[in-house]
Amino acid sequence: MNERRIKIEGLRYNPEKDTQPRFQTYEVPFTDDMSLLQGLQYIKDNLDGSFTFRWSCRMAICGSCGIMVNGNPRLSCETFLRDLLPGPVRVEPLENFPIQRDLAIDQSRFVDRLASVKPYIVPAREKPLAEGPHKQTPGELAAYYQYSQCINCLLCYAACPQVGLNPNFVGPAALTLLHRYNADSRDVGWSARAEVANSEGGVWGCTLVGYCSQVCPKGVDPAHAVNQNKATSALDYFGLRALLGGGR
Amino acid sequence: MRIVETDVVVIGGGGAGLRAAIAVAMRDPSLRVALVSKVVPMRSHTVAAEGGAAGVIRADDTLDNHFNDTVSGGDWLCDQDVVDYFVAHCAEEMIQLEHWGCPWSRHEDGSINVRFFGGMKVQRTWFAADRSGFHLLHTLFQTSHKYPSIARHDEHFCVDLMVEDGRVVGALTIEIATGELVVFLCRAAVLATGGAGRVFRQNTNAGIVTGEGMGLAYRHGAALRDMEFVQWHPTCLPGTGILMTEACRGEGAILTNKDGYRYLQDYGLGPLDPWPRAKAMELGPRDRLSQAFWHEDKKGRTIQTPQGSAVNLDLRHMGAEKILARLPLITHAARTFAGVDPVEQPIPVRPAVHYTMGGVAADGRCATDIAGLFAAGECSSVGIHGANRLGSNSLAETVVFGKVAGESAAAFAQDAGATGARAKDMAREAADKALALLTARKGERVAVLRGEMMDAMEEGVGLYRTQESVDGACRKIGELRARYRAGVKLDDANRAFNTEWLSAIELGMMLEVAEAMAHSAAWRKESRGAHQRLDATQRDDASFLVHTLARRQGEGAPAISSSPVTITRSQPRSRVYGGEGKQAELT
Repeated sequence: MNERRIKIEGLRYNPEKDTQPRFQTYEVPFTDDMSLLQGLQYIKDNLDGSFTFRWSCRMAICGSCGIMVNGNPRLSCETFLRDLLPGPVRVEPLENFPIQRDLAIDQSRFVDRLASVKPYIVPAREKPLAEGPHKQTPGELAAYYQYSQCINCLLCYAACPQVGLNPNFVGPAALTLLHRYNADSRDVGWSARAEVANSEGGVWGCTLVGYCSQVCPKGVDPAHAVNQNKATSALDYFGLRALLGGGR
Repeated sequence: MRIVETDVVVIGGGGAGLRAAIAVAMRDPSLRVALVSKVVPMRSHTVAAEGGAAGVIRADDTLDNHFNDTVSGGDWLCDQDVVDYFVAHCAEEMIQLEHWGCPWSRHEDGSINVRFFGGMKVQRTWFAADRSGFHLLHTLFQTSHKYPSIARHDEHFCVDLMVEDGRVVGALTIEIATGELVVFLCRAAVLATGGAGRVFRQNTNAGIVTGEGMGLAYRHGAALRDMEFVQWHPTCLPGTGILMTEACRGEGAILTNKDGYRYLQDYGLGPLDPWPRAKAMELGPRDRLSQAFWHEDKKGRTIQTPQGSAVNLDLRHMGAEKILARLPLITHAARTFAGVDPVEQPIPVRPAVHYTMGGVAADGRCATDIAGLFAAGECSSVGIHGANRLGSNSLAETVVFGKVAGESAAAFAQDAGATGARAKDMAREAADKALALLTARKGERVAVLRGEMMDAMEEGVGLYRTQESVDGACRKIGELRARYRAGVKLDDANRAFNTEWLSAIELGMMLEVAEAMAHSAAWRKESRGAHQRLDATQRDDASFLVHTLARRQGEGAPAISSSPVTITRSQPRSRVYGGEGKQAELT
């Protein structure tokens, strides 16, 4: 393959030295099969070892490498340099998060939000292991399966205008996880999660822009998950959900 | 330097580390657990496991079948008492994961479905489409939030262990975001840091799979066992090494050469019919399939791609519906990273390094040579994989032995006395060493030394080895260690989120782990499982039915010795795949 070159403009910010971010341009040789991540790795290994970004699996499943690419949230491992010609390519940290350094964002607020939705099965009773697995029909599995596919890459948080405007908003991925457990036939934890779902930062914080679902690399459709919970949240408000037996 | 006092520190937040932390919390909620990981746990490499996890559940399967498949798959280098414990506890752990919410794939009636993997007599792989590791990891990570005694310390990179009078008393880490040094003082520790595949160039592993957990224990006198046994997975994308799961073949995919011929029938895996058949053709074990590729390539019957030679992994006859339902991740990955739609075209694949069978020597209770230090998962060698790991046994291992390690560590911590008096001094000394890397004024780039290491391992300790090739790798890695000591020069002298600094520390440990692999390979003058020698082509039970032990000797080459393999009820015999057999039904 012929080697070509492309310019990558990276946002630089070093909390120990810089008062504000700046851009630095690198010129990178590339082949048609090279991902943007491989371009960033080329910079790190050969041009500037201080250029900082997260990555790990290189195959769009670990969720580490989300960045803004020319203003759009993307996984850098499955974005290809050939599709960004002629360049330059502008790479920045994900929107709506504090920057730790260069392209690395502070994920801690998201990790706290994830914990707040009680992201685990709350069973009706503790089933002994000796009783074996629950039965779960393909239909019951389908009720939550799509929402269990979230890789926590945070592209949806970068896309969501409400995450930027409302600091209390739990946000698309964590609310999707809330719905994932509420929709699971093995779970009865909806009432324990209702406080978060119905809070000011809960499902009503979503204004149905839907950009979260557009940028999701796994087809999870967080907008749909959040808005399904608006219906159940309304039932909670009127005290009807408990009467309807948990509202699954 | 910040000091955190805890009871059990778990290093690594993948499948094994999370399962260990939960086991400690379930066993004794009064024990404080510090779960330390260099990433947020759901980024751990367990996430990339695709095919599934073994556990006997079908009426026509037995624990003896799983035992026999594992022991023969491992070419009789497995510790059979530990394999017995393992196979007896796999299904229980799969059920535990089910109770915790793991979306295992099901039959129409809602019961668990299991599928074939290579080297399996009966279907026993529990799966969640082809995202089994992803679901296993996220289920464990999310479930860990139930247990308030688990304090997570995400993105803390472990630099060194504090070992006093032969007992582990602490772990020194770098808080990545700030660069602050944080020492965890503990009564017991679990090492669950994963494998070391990144010492090779072409591999299926995530960037974080750098083997430093093995290096940490090795530096403090623990033996690394069976390090010459490195698994090449036969079906990976050329260039990147991205994995095309064995579940493709478990679901019926075939392998063909450039002439469209199913070449495995020429390498002791045939005959072709009846197809499919357990433990035959494409359902043979990984070592045999990777080795068949090597021979096929030598004969000039592979396909040439810009990223090297390949064969075709063909799914087309399965039909679009089954491919998309059972293998959605593979479909997406093939389209994205190879530009091939598996519904329409075969996927070009070749072997790449996938798994380190060896690791920190540990017994069936996960205890290592260092008191209070327990090891589980890919970083460990508890003795179940032998010379070649069976597909589906590694995810199962993370939970079965993750739990064992957690329980062993809890029991040790309950009985152990106060933490060592010298721990803080040792941590300060280790911290000074790590900080010195930031101020080195001359030296070579990390990427240069790392690249030369990868090339030396590919060339000298590859799929097929000779005395000459492994000796060459031993010399080269020794030279690279000397150059590393002479100096590594960083572009980045800052503390906050300095990933170049972390990769320099990783590299120091990778070089030592690579050296242990090369010297173990030089010592074993026979061919067994994944260790194939062109100058000693037969298995030699009289001399080598033993584990290899590598012990660190300071700056010099490691000392290699051996230890007995525990054989209880399965005497070594020849390893037979293929042959006659009845047609199997794919589930």
